[in-house]
Amino acid sequence: MDEPLIELSGILKSFGPVNVLKGVNLKAYSGKVTALVGDNGAGKSTLIKGLAGVQPYDGGTVRFEGREVHLHTPREASHLGIEVVYQDLALCDNLDIVQNMFLGREESAGVIFDEGRMEREASETLRSLSVRTVKSVRQKVSSLSGGQRQTVAIARSVLKKAKLVILDEPTAALGVAQTEQVLNLVRRLADQGVAVIIISHNLQDVFKVADYINVLYLGTMVASIATADTTSDDVVGYITGSKTYDGASA
Amino acid sequence: MSTTPQAPSTPPSTDTTSLPAEGGFIGSGQEGGVLDQARAYVQRVRSGEMGALPAIGGLVVLVLLFTLLSEVLLGQQYFLTERNFANLLTQAASLVMLAMALVFVILLGEIDLSAGVTSGVALSAFVVLTKPDGVNMNWIPALIIALLTGLLIGTFIGFFVARVGIPSFVVTLGLFIGLQGVTLILLGAGGVFRIQIPEILAIQNSNLPVWGGWVMLAVILLVSFGMSMWDRTLRTRAGVPNRTIALVWLKLGVIAAVGGFVVGVLSVNRSSSIKVIEGVPIVVPIVLLILWVGTFVLDRTKFGRYIYAIGGNAEAARRSGVKVITIRWAAFIVCSVLAVVSGVFSASKVGSVNAGFGVDIVLSGVAAAVVGGVSLFGGRGRLMHAAIGALVIAVIANGLGLLNLPAGVNYIVTGGVLVLAATVDAVSRVRAGGSLFRT
Repeated sequence: MDEPLIELSGILKSFGPVNVLKGVNLKAYSGKVTALVGDNGAGKSTLIKGLAGVQPYDGGTVRFEGREVHLHTPREASHLGIEVVYQDLALCDNLDIVQNMFLGREESAGVIFDEGRMEREASETLRSLSVRTVKSVRQKVSSLSGGQRQTVAIARSVLKKAKLVILDEPTAALGVAQTEQVLNLVRRLADQGVAVIIISHNLQDVFKVADYINVLYLGTMVASIATADTTSDDVVGYITGSKTYDGASA
Repeated sequence: MSTTPQAPSTPPSTDTTSLPAEGGFIGSGQEGGVLDQARAYVQRVRSGEMGALPAIGGLVVLVLLFTLLSEVLLGQQYFLTERNFANLLTQAASLVMLAMALVFVILLGEIDLSAGVTSGVALSAFVVLTKPDGVNMNWIPALIIALLTGLLIGTFIGFFVARVGIPSFVVTLGLFIGLQGVTLILLGAGGVFRIQIPEILAIQNSNLPVWGGWVMLAVILLVSFGMSMWDRTLRTRAGVPNRTIALVWLKLGVIAAVGGFVVGVLSVNRSSSIKVIEGVPIVVPIVLLILWVGTFVLDRTKFGRYIYAIGGNAEAARRSGVKVITIRWAAFIVCSVLAVVSGVFSASKVGSVNAGFGVDIVLSGVAAAVVGGVSLFGGRGRLMHAAIGALVIAVIANGLGLLNLPAGVNYIVTGGVLVLAATVDAVSRVRAGGSLFRT
């Protein structure tokens, strides 16, 4: 087995008296899609927010490319090459696609923006992901459909050669065709050598796209398993707590 | 944040699925000739991005209306005269400036109700410091102290809004009340201080020489042309398409036509006595310079871009690594300092500072921004829009004043226009938002 790109061990997080994460372990590999599943309140979002540096963990270690790292701000996470695409799409409606993709990391020529360069890089990134649904990169995001927005959000995450892309419920609000498109996009991301962590409630999607499945149950990682070695029924069992997993960790 | 040039991520060459498929062309909205661009513009307007269009329309209607009413009701043209035109510009200058100041915080979805009284405190400090039979300070350091007073108040507001997290409405309402007290204490009860600095009075009461107006126009055209060409060079270097060059000429043509008309009218002697009064009022190039610098900052620097981003979706901006607190804080400082500049214009026009200075103007400033198409919800609007909105409000006050109508009518009409403008804004939002839910 290769070295994991990122390895979380013994992650703790609590909000006041509520222990949301009780010593969680997780690994993700470059070029692989790692799914994170679990019922509402299992702690998935909290785990992700810690990785993004938005809401730092209380305890535990994070090793990235073999080194121990501390994630306290979005900037630190982004600097390492960790990008998160949130469920409630973190895009600004009043800005256009290029402006959104470069938000927080604009290219400048001197003190002022180099809009031409940003526009080219944005177009090329969208093209490299085979995005065909967007008419113009200078469209305002408010004029895009749900699938197009998800596409822009994902393209934004890979713009700066991200090593780890985390997708929080990327298909939750999408129709059948758009879900298919986004899942293909996820696969292409991994094929480009990116480590992808995908959070989803939809097991059908998970089995279609993921290489590994990790199940979170009430703040504890109860199963880490290769997709090929398990079945949908088993995973449902782990999620609801009606089955326990005792195999070797993936 | 990397500044080194990086190749965008490209797929491995063996991966044929990720090569651009036919029909996979992603445009930039820059392609096509003048007609395509015009069509795209109409499309944008119809989808709700109207910008200052309603305000410009309103301005034209109001000018026609007052010209007509002056002929019909007064039997003589008082409104559409060279003298009134110059007068209108100097009357509007302070409001234009205040509206532009407020844009910086309104874009964030915030408000600064204390912008007017901030200028009151700063100008009070100024008149007390420069009083010939008092401190008798030179006007330049006194002006700097006045601007620093604005900076201090802006820092204070920014601390409570951005750092502590109190709604700006509450913080600035508190300051609106409190700072009037500071002004009162500085000036003493019933105190009216005359401005006696010739340089300050000159801003609103003296004019550029006639040739100065034409030089100003030439500079505007040159700068505009230079920036367009610089943008095109950068885009060409990056290998992305440019808009057709005809649009640059069109823009310069419009500036030359409008600017030429304005400077031309202001170059005519508008005096009714033997003393010649001609030329562009000095305040005009000052306002234009601040408008240009402010627009430059908002459009082309991180500070400006992040103001729009925070106004659009503050959480998204934060997650993108934008220092939301710092940007918010800085925006309030910019607003307060520019508000002091507005106060300087106002003091120069009126010629004095009293305890009520700046109390009335702030809501007109907010109204001006909204009338011009700046959204109070944040994220949408430009400095130019606020300036045009301020001109609309100034034209209403000026036109109704000339018609000798009771003062009450002015308030009623201004209020009506504000609600009308807000309605246009809301309707355009619904139309723009309608496409949000289309999948």
